[in-house]
This record gives sequence, structure tokens and C-alpha cells, in this order.
Amino acid sequence: MNLLDPQGPVAAANSTILVDSVFIMLVIVVPTIFAILAFAFWFRASNPKARYQPGFVYSGRVEMVVWAIPALTVILLGGVAWIGSHQLDPAAPVPGTGSPMRIQAVSLDWKWLFIYPDQRIATVNTLTVPAGAELNFQLTSSSVMNVFFIPQLGSMIYTMNGMVTRLNLRADNEGKLQGLSAHFSGDGFPDMMFDVNVISPLAFPDWVVATAKTDAVLNEESYKKLMQQGIEKNRLTFRLDDPRLFDLIATQHIPPGPGPELLSDAGRPHSGGHDAR
Amino acid sequence: MLGKLDWSAIPFDQPIPLIAGAIVLVAILAVLIWVVVKGHLPYLWHEWITSVDHKRIGVMYILLASVMLLRGGSDAIMMRVQQAIAYQSNGFLPPEHYNQIFSAHGTIMIFFVAMPFVIGLMNLIVPLQLGVRDVAFPTLNSVGFWLTATGALLVNLSLVIGEFARTGWLAFPPLSGLSYSPGVGVDYYAWSLQISGVGTLVAGINLVTTVLKLRTKGMNYLRMPMFCWTTLASNLLIVAAFPILTATLAMLLLDRYLGFHFFTNEAGGNVMMFMNLIWAWGHPEVYILVLPAFGIFSEVVSTFSGKALFGYRSMVLATMAICVISFMVWLHHFFTMGAGPDVNAIFGIASMIIAVPTGVKIYNWLFTMYGGRIRFATPMLWAVGFMVTFIIGGLTGVLVAVPPADFMLHNSMFLVAHFHNVIIGGVLFGAFAGFEYWFPKAFGFRLDERWGKLAFWFTFLGFYVTFLPLYIAGMLGMTRRLQHYDVAAWRPWMFIAAFGMLILSIGVICQIMQLVVSIRNREALRDRTGDPWDGRSLEWATSSPPPVFNFAFHPDVRGEDAYWDMKSRAQQQSLEHEAPEYQDIEMPRNSPTGFICAFFATIMGFALIWHIWWMVILGGIGAFATFVVFAWRDHDEYVIPAAEVARIDRVNLEERRSLVSMAGAL
Repeated sequence: MNLLDPQGPVAAANSTILVDSVFIMLVIVVPTIFAILAFAFWFRASNPKARYQPGFVYSGRVEMVVWAIPALTVILLGGVAWIGSHQLDPAAPVPGTGSPMRIQAVSLDWKWLFIYPDQRIATVNTLTVPAGAELNFQLTSSSVMNVFFIPQLGSMIYTMNGMVTRLNLRADNEGKLQGLSAHFSGDGFPDMMFDVNVISPLAFPDWVVATAKTDAVLNEESYKKLMQQGIEKNRLTFRLDDPRLFDLIATQHIPPGPGPELLSDAGRPHSGGHDAR
Repeated sequence: MLGKLDWSAIPFDQPIPLIAGAIVLVAILAVLIWVVVKGHLPYLWHEWITSVDHKRIGVMYILLASVMLLRGGSDAIMMRVQQAIAYQSNGFLPPEHYNQIFSAHGTIMIFFVAMPFVIGLMNLIVPLQLGVRDVAFPTLNSVGFWLTATGALLVNLSLVIGEFARTGWLAFPPLSGLSYSPGVGVDYYAWSLQISGVGTLVAGINLVTTVLKLRTKGMNYLRMPMFCWTTLASNLLIVAAFPILTATLAMLLLDRYLGFHFFTNEAGGNVMMFMNLIWAWGHPEVYILVLPAFGIFSEVVSTFSGKALFGYRSMVLATMAICVISFMVWLHHFFTMGAGPDVNAIFGIASMIIAVPTGVKIYNWLFTMYGGRIRFATPMLWAVGFMVTFIIGGLTGVLVAVPPADFMLHNSMFLVAHFHNVIIGGVLFGAFAGFEYWFPKAFGFRLDERWGKLAFWFTFLGFYVTFLPLYIAGMLGMTRRLQHYDVAAWRPWMFIAAFGMLILSIGVICQIMQLVVSIRNREALRDRTGDPWDGRSLEWATSSPPPVFNFAFHPDVRGEDAYWDMKSRAQQQSLEHEAPEYQDIEMPRNSPTGFICAFFATIMGFALIWHIWWMVILGGIGAFATFVVFAWRDHDEYVIPAAEVARIDRVNLEERRSLVSMAGAL
């Protein structure tokens, strides 16, 4: 999950900006730290060679340099931030081979549901994508906020109930990556890690066919069962009954998922995450 | 009768909070019994609990902060241990407990450690630096302190009665809403902060008024010590920002108690609104904390370099620039919520702009040292340690202000490392520097240097060993608040961080040892002159500890570094005052208003949390009645006769003269 080992163009661009920004700042920061230590050491009271200049309390030239150095650094970095924010807007397209692939991700308490509306399948806690294709994510939440994040593919984005956020990514190399939720969402939060299988575009249709053979059907009823608070250890797969299911969730036609039940009045709710292991 | 409260609120099935609670309870009882048996109760009541003396209130603030630092630190140790062992296992803390711990850790460290520590130091020192006898509203000051203590008490009560929030220290809805947090945890959180928030607000109003309206003769704005400027900036921010927090939490509470829909998923509630509002308070809050620390370092660096602060006016400008810009950057806390690129870029650049005045401050401290004659007493060590550490925190801070970088680092362990880097390296180092620097002023004896230096080196080293690994874990994709994890690459860094926590704990133990050793050797460490560090500002112009009236005469200020100036002139003329003519001094009377008001506020807060409505009414009426009684008071001042003033002041004057003549002879 190393951020400096990107597996897609978005992550690569993000981490380049990250590293570049650090180096731009190090150019200023390293000499400054060195100067602090050097001045502190040289002007120690016990050093007879250091000249005591109690009158050196203002210098227009020094002041100008002192304001200019951080200002120039910030102007440079501000440019990086402005251009970077526009080029790497999570909603901006990321061209890839073939037609873009739509994936609708829903954060549930405490698992990820990935709906492939065009393939009419859905998976839980496993995301399988073809290498090289543009991935158009639409994201929402069944209940509380979460953040959808695959570190090696780049930008993360919030999922919120009643709202749809957008994120475009691309995975360049086949292999197994990991994703997670990057916003605390309750007792089962640590178990919201998910696998990302990047497979070859040739193998992808076969995977879709194989997945569609499952008996389990995802419809409003089975979704409501799935959104109950709890941890899902099995990598469930579904045939998608209604391709508009995501819209029903995002528009709250399916009401938000329920929270925990109170064991007693005295305010210590039973925790679904308790049986994590 | 008792609302939601019954025996199931006591966590009999969870040994850790129960044992911790029992130990604290026994300790408190032991102290209380000792106080009563030894007959110290009247002394405590008359001299401290009802005191409206800004110095006493400042000391009590710092005591509160220190005690809560131990509580928040214990939480930190548990978290680091949990993350070190919870690789492919559940660790020793179940999620519902771990989640309470990190929520309590954040809440306590910000609201009940950092805030009372800096407010305590400001209370203690600012009136002395301004050359005045008290703050603008002495009784209100006491009310502010006791309400803060109420908040701290409620947070700690949640350890054994019920639970604390399991939502993180900012309690984002919808997770903190009634649907997903039906327990009392969020109510404990919200009511503690509402009550202590009122305390902070009145402290802010008080200090702003003090700086603006109560300055001694000749103390122009541009002659004020830097610490007074940062106090002004910080308290202006309090006055502007804390009402936002109060309003936001009030809306959350309306959602939870009366079925409103400000931040719910349903019925048009908007969770993003909460994010915006809480950070509109939350970002200024970090500057509320760090600005006073900047002020402390300015005083320390200047004093121990034996030079006036370099570029004083530049520093004033930088301080006020930070004060204003800090209100315009809140959105950088959620670049990843899907705002457009223009919005993200503008807030990113605004956030970086704060680095300019902050950088200027660093360089001005640097040039204050240049040409100085630096004495490395403990406060100066903290200052140099701060400068080095804070620059690194600033670097990572500017990094996460670059939106595309933040898209990878938001909510990660990298972020956790960043804000600990600036809050420990900035605020905590500042608080410790101020503690070491002004302790002799408050108590009349110096702190042991050997233990102080040990404390510094262990804390400094411990900080790096704890938090550099967290930066790396963040670069490895680790997000915050994980109760367990299965990624092998994170594990070694969590181990090192836990080891760093051990070093940090040794630092804290050294600090405690320093206090113990210094109290034992206090006669040897006695500061008779009131000016142990060869200081430059007016707090050193009076005895240590200062008399209740601070100054027998209002000092006459003729330039920056008022006391340094006086010392130089006194050496030339070889005397201070010929034969001073003492006059009667009027001082505010002690008042139990703050304590009684907070007592009723505690009852009301507790009752609100548990829905015990009759008790809410009782507490509310009690607190209100306390104010009414205070408002109808007839006498609020007493007179210290001139003879008494003379008796107290002469002793100090003799010491001071002998010091000045000695220095003059050299």
C-alpha cells in the first residue's frame, strides 16, 4: 500500500506532487534548521569568540529577506497546488483503453458494496477491475460517512448518505491491491479493508460471466439485509436485479441503514464490532 | 426519577476503566481526607477556590492542565500499545473501548490540557507584563476557570458512569447522531464542551479587555511584550471562534434531544454543514493554542539571548496576519469531500500563506539569537527544540495543504504525525518552556535544572521516535483510528512508535521528578530578587511571588523591554526610587461565585446527559441564582492600607537595590 509505489496515473501524479513539494520545501527547511543549530551553538554564552551585539534588533535588509523567502516558496508551491488541483480533480476524466467502466460503490456498516450496473453484478469487499480502463466511480453511503481509498491508485473521496460523489481512476498493472475506508465510521471500521483485483482486460469478461452465475440476487430486500451493522468476512457476490439500485440508495428511496440497538437505557449500546474476531 | 441512569451504567464487565476509575477515586478521596484532617480546608477555600487573583487562577488552570495531561497521556499509551499488538489480533482493547479512548484523548488534550495550559499562563503573566494589578473582570475569570474544570470533571465521570463518545474528538454526524450513537457518550462529549466552552469564552473576553483597556502608564501597543500581542490575537480568535463551536454543538444536541434535523441523514439534514462549521471553529482553534506558544518563545529566546526581540514590529504584523488568515482556511480539512478544483486550490493556497508569517517568526527568533549571549537554561532548550521540530511540522503541514498530496494523505497516520508534530512541538513545548520560565515568578523558587534538562531531552527524543514512524506508516497507506489491522508492513513502525511512547513517558516522569526535587530544595533554589533570568519585561519588576497587588506603584514604561530599560537606567543613576510614598490599594474581594456556579453547572450537565429533568431545572436555577446574588453585591473591593503596602514592598525593594548595585559594580 506504499504511496510511493503507484499503480495508476492518478496515484503517480499525486505522489510526484507530494515528493516535489517536499523537495521544494527542504531547500528552505534544511538550511534554516542548520542555521538555528549553528547560531544557537556559536552564540552560546561560554564562547569567547562570538561577538555580543545587543543592538542588532532590526535590519531592513534582513526583514526583507525574511519575508521574501517564505513568500517565494509559497508562491511556487501555490502554483503547484493550483495546477495540481485542476489536473488531479478527482472528478476529472482519466483516459484509458476501451470504454470507461462504471462502478458504483456503497459504504455500508461495515463493508463495501461494489455494484457493476452495466455488467449487472455486485460484490462485497472485493473490487475486480480490468487493467488500463478508465474507472468511473460513483460513490454513496448507506449510513455514516466513509472515505473510499485505494492508496496505490490515488485520490480518496468521501461517501455520504443521500449524496453521490465522483472519482475517476485507472489501474495500469495487473495484480492485487488493497483499499480501505479512510474515515472512522464506527466499531467495525477496521474491517472495512477490501481487496482490489486488477485483471487483464481479456480475463475481465470471463470473470463477469463467472460471477453472474451466482444464486444470490441483490435487490432491495437483500440489500436491506446487507446494510445491517456487522462485519462481512465472506467475499459475497450477487447478480444485480435492478440496475437502478444505486440510485434508489443515493436518493434515499431506500432509507438509511439502522444504527446499533441499545442494550439498556443506560447508554452503552451493543456493538456490532464486538464480535469482530 | 433518575432518567436513563441505572446500575448498568457502571461498566462492571470492563476491568480497565473500572480499575482506573477506582484508583482515581481513591486518590481524590485520600487527598480530600488529608486536606480536611490537616486543616487545610479553610486555607484552600479562602486562598485558592474563591480567589479572584489572576495569578492564583492561572496556577489552578495549569494544575488542571497538568492533571489532565496525565489522563490524556495514559490514553495515548494505551493507543500506542494497542496498535503495536493488534496486528491480526484484537489487541487488548475491544473496539468500543478503543474508540472511546482515541475520542477522549483528542478531546482531553485539546480542551483540557492545551487550552487550560495556555490560558493559565496568559492569566498568570499578562497582567504582570502589562504592569497592572489584575485582569479586567476578576470574578468572571474565576467563573471561567471553574466552568472549564466542570467540563474536565464530566469527561472523567464518563469513565465510570456510562461511556464517552466513540466518534472521534470532533464527533462528526451522522455517526454522532442519535441513530448511530444512541448511548450517552456523545452527550458527555457535547455537554462537557458546551460548559467548558462558556468558560473559555469568558476567559477570552476577559483577556481581550485586559490587553485593550488595562495597560500601565506609557505601555503603548507597540511597547507591549510579544506575549501580550499573541495573547491579544489568540483571545480575539477565542471570542470570534468559540461561539461557532457552541452553536454547532447546540445544533447537534437539538438533533439528539428534540428530534431536529440539522445534521441527520433524513429530512434535509446536512452533514457537510457540520464539517464546515466545526472546522470554522477548529482551524482558528489550533492558532488559539499555538499563538500564545509563539509569544512564550519570543520572550524566552529574547531573555536567554540577552537581546531584545529581533524585528519586533515584523513579529506583531506576523501575529496579527496569522490571526486573520487562520479564519480563511478551514476547508483544507476536507479537500477530499468532493469540492471543485477552484475551491480546493484557493483554500490550499490560503493555508500555505499562513506559513509566510510563521516562517517570518522563525527567522526573527533566529536573528534574535544572532549576536546574542545565549544561556542554555531549560526554557531555552525547549525553545530551540521547538524551532527545529516546528519547522518539520510546518513542512508536512504545507504538504497536506497541497490538495493533490492531501488526496493521498487525508486522515492518514501521516496527518496524525503532522498535527502531533505541531501541537507537541509547538504548543506543548511552549507550555513547558513557559512553565519552566515563569515558575519562579509564580512560586518564588526556581526549578531544578538537571531534571528539567533530562525532561527536555527525553521528551524531544521521545517525540521523534514516536512520530517519525507514524509519518512512514501514513506513507504506507495506514489510516488513523484503526483498532486492528492485517497489513504486515505497518507493524514494525507501530512497534517503534510504542517504544517512543515509553521515552516520552520517561520525559513526563522527569518533569514530575523535577517538581518534587525542586519543592524539596526550594530554599536553595529561592529567587529573592524577583528576576532570576535577568528578564526584560515587567513581570520581573516585582517580587517572586508577586504581592496580591502585583505592583506597589504603576510602573512607568518608556520603551520596549520596559524592565530592561528600567534596570539600565537604575544602574546609571544607581538607585530606583528615592523615598516612595505609598498609597492605599483597592483590590477585588474574593468570591465563591465561580465555584458555586460551576457546582450547579456540573449538576445540570450531568442531569442533561442522563435526562434527569428535575435535576436539570435545579442546576439551572442554582447557577442563575448564583449570578443574581453576585450581581446584587454591595461591596466588591477591599483596601490594602498604605502601611501594609509599604511593609510588603520594602522587603522586595531592598533585594532589588542590592542586585542592581551589584550589577552596577560589575
